Amino acid sequence: MTTQFAKSSRTGRSNWLGGIERLSWMLGILAILGFLYLPIAVLVAYSFNDSRSLTWPMSGLTLDWYQKLSQNDQLIQAFYNSVYVAVSATSLTLIIGIPAAIALDRFDFPGKGLFRKLILLPIALPGIITGISMLILFRSLGFNLSLQAVIVGHATALLSVVVTLVYARLQRLPASLAEASADLGASGLQTFFLITLPNIRTAVIGAGMLAFTLSFDEIPVTFFLTGRDNTLPMYIWSTLRRGLTPEINAIGTLIVAMSIVLIFASVLLLRDKTKSKNV
Amino acid sequence: MTKIIEIRGLTKTFGDVLGVDDISLDIEEGEFVTLLGPSGCGKSTLLRMIGGFEEPTRGHIALDGEDVTHVPPSKRAVNMVFQDYALFPHLSVGKNVGYGLRVSGVRRSEVISRAREALSLVGLEDRYDASPHMLSGGQRQRVALARAIVRRPRVLLLDEPLSALDANLREQMQIELKNLHTKVGLTFVLVTHDQTEALTMSDRVVVMREGKIVQIGTPQDLYENPQTGYVAGFVGSTNMFRSRVEVGASGPQISCFGQNLQAPAAASALGGRDTLFGFRPEKATLLRGDAQAQNTLRGHLSDVLYHGQSARLVMDLVSGQVVVDMPITDVIGTVGLPQVGSAIAISIEPHKIMILRDEAAS
Repeated sequence: MTTQFAKSSRTGRSNWLGGIERLSWMLGILAILGFLYLPIAVLVAYSFNDSRSLTWPMSGLTLDWYQKLSQNDQLIQAFYNSVYVAVSATSLTLIIGIPAAIALDRFDFPGKGLFRKLILLPIALPGIITGISMLILFRSLGFNLSLQAVIVGHATALLSVVVTLVYARLQRLPASLAEASADLGASGLQTFFLITLPNIRTAVIGAGMLAFTLSFDEIPVTFFLTGRDNTLPMYIWSTLRRGLTPEINAIGTLIVAMSIVLIFASVLLLRDKTKSKNV
Repeated sequence: MTKIIEIRGLTKTFGDVLGVDDISLDIEEGEFVTLLGPSGCGKSTLLRMIGGFEEPTRGHIALDGEDVTHVPPSKRAVNMVFQDYALFPHLSVGKNVGYGLRVSGVRRSEVISRAREALSLVGLEDRYDASPHMLSGGQRQRVALARAIVRRPRVLLLDEPLSALDANLREQMQIELKNLHTKVGLTFVLVTHDQTEALTMSDRVVVMREGKIVQIGTPQDLYENPQTGYVAGFVGSTNMFRSRVEVGASGPQISCFGQNLQAPAAASALGGRDTLFGFRPEKATLLRGDAQAQNTLRGHLSDVLYHGQSARLVMDLVSGQVVVDMPITDVIGTVGLPQVGSAIAISIEPHKIMILRDEAAS
């Protein structure tokens, strides 16, 4: 770096201008990153603040809030509920969504265009509408409001996400692959597990992670369907009525940490073999 | 010879469009048959129905004497080489080739040894562990072939297998395909729109048009005796002209763009009728200097297309044009290429003139 700088300074004015240009680019990028991450940084920082009040500068560092967190049974239960709902809703949408996407891609049936549009509609529908309509439906069918109802509600809303992502990937997969597999004697299930699934797995993992994230922090649908059980976002939201507590900052920080782990995991999962796309 | 494939009254419609129109065809065991025709003539649809990828609207297909019309592809002793090769991108070359054995429950060790055997048949035994995207186009083609023959099918279907290769490689692969056919002794059914490919490789060529078979024959048969103007024009090039046949004392006479020609003896039967005739550009001879010959056409040279080993002369007649191919030694030989615009004469022996059936009549 230093030698490069020395070299450029020799050629004078034009490089001086180039330096300014580079600097302004850097500042621009820093501004964008700040815009994206400053709120999170503040949250993380305050989670270690030893004062209850959210004032800058912080008076000192402490891990008290994390300790308090570990003793808050309600919050821990809410966290487990959220994970349970998100994992179940994601699995359910994948199990329904992947075959639906394959059906859309491979078969022609009357009303296919309409089916496609109908499956996409819930994306555009506000969660509050899905929540209310689900509530009415479950009530009139006599189902209890519960976490299971929340799972069904989330799965409905997320189905469009999964189908859209998987369908887009299937469209880029040549139909001849499945035909070749059948030609070589494979059954439908063998073709699905040995050929189709490995070739759309990046889309499946991506869709699954997106669905998980969306379900994990979903409030409107959950609000209507959850009954007595609390999910984490619901719990945080309800405690907010009593004011912001550093405990919330601590749980927020843990969630950020979890997200970072998830992102790294997905990068690792998706890294190998993806280069062999177009054969 | 036994019949391996019997097709009877096979029809496929897509909505209102007739893809394949009432086709009947027998294919002998061990034969190399080519379905030839322009795109949209139904040749690929016919092949895909033999493979089981399309359900026929009407008609029957029997494989080895057994009706397979509604049998799915996975249950037919027929394998296909796809136009885009359809190699599985996530599997190695060896696993691609072994796939057909693996899914039918063959022991792992046998899968590997038979896959290696098939790969060595196409000269790729050292690429067993390679990934398909690391291979060249020609190598992928060979992997697709190895994968399709590893299960020892009764019939190998090839859907325009060479169309994605460049010209040099295509010629080389034509020879390799032909060799492979001899080596493995399987029945090959190939689809192509390239007449050279069809003539070079096949035992028999099936020329198709608009979902129907126009003519079936050996390459030589098709080239020397095309029955219709369509076949004459699609397989090789042909000078075609329409004339009324006048039967006189010296045999049948016809007129080619305003000049009289002696027609082949068989034309006598068509006396008085308007008929389509044709001759191949290389069957006529250019007359040099004062040379005299029977059955000549005289005109002016309007263009010379130099092809290296031959030259194509475009000759203006009174009411049309004909083209004549001359070996390049003849053209250069004594006096060089004739000048564009000069008067030239060609002669064509009566038996080299072909009588062609009209499309409408067929």
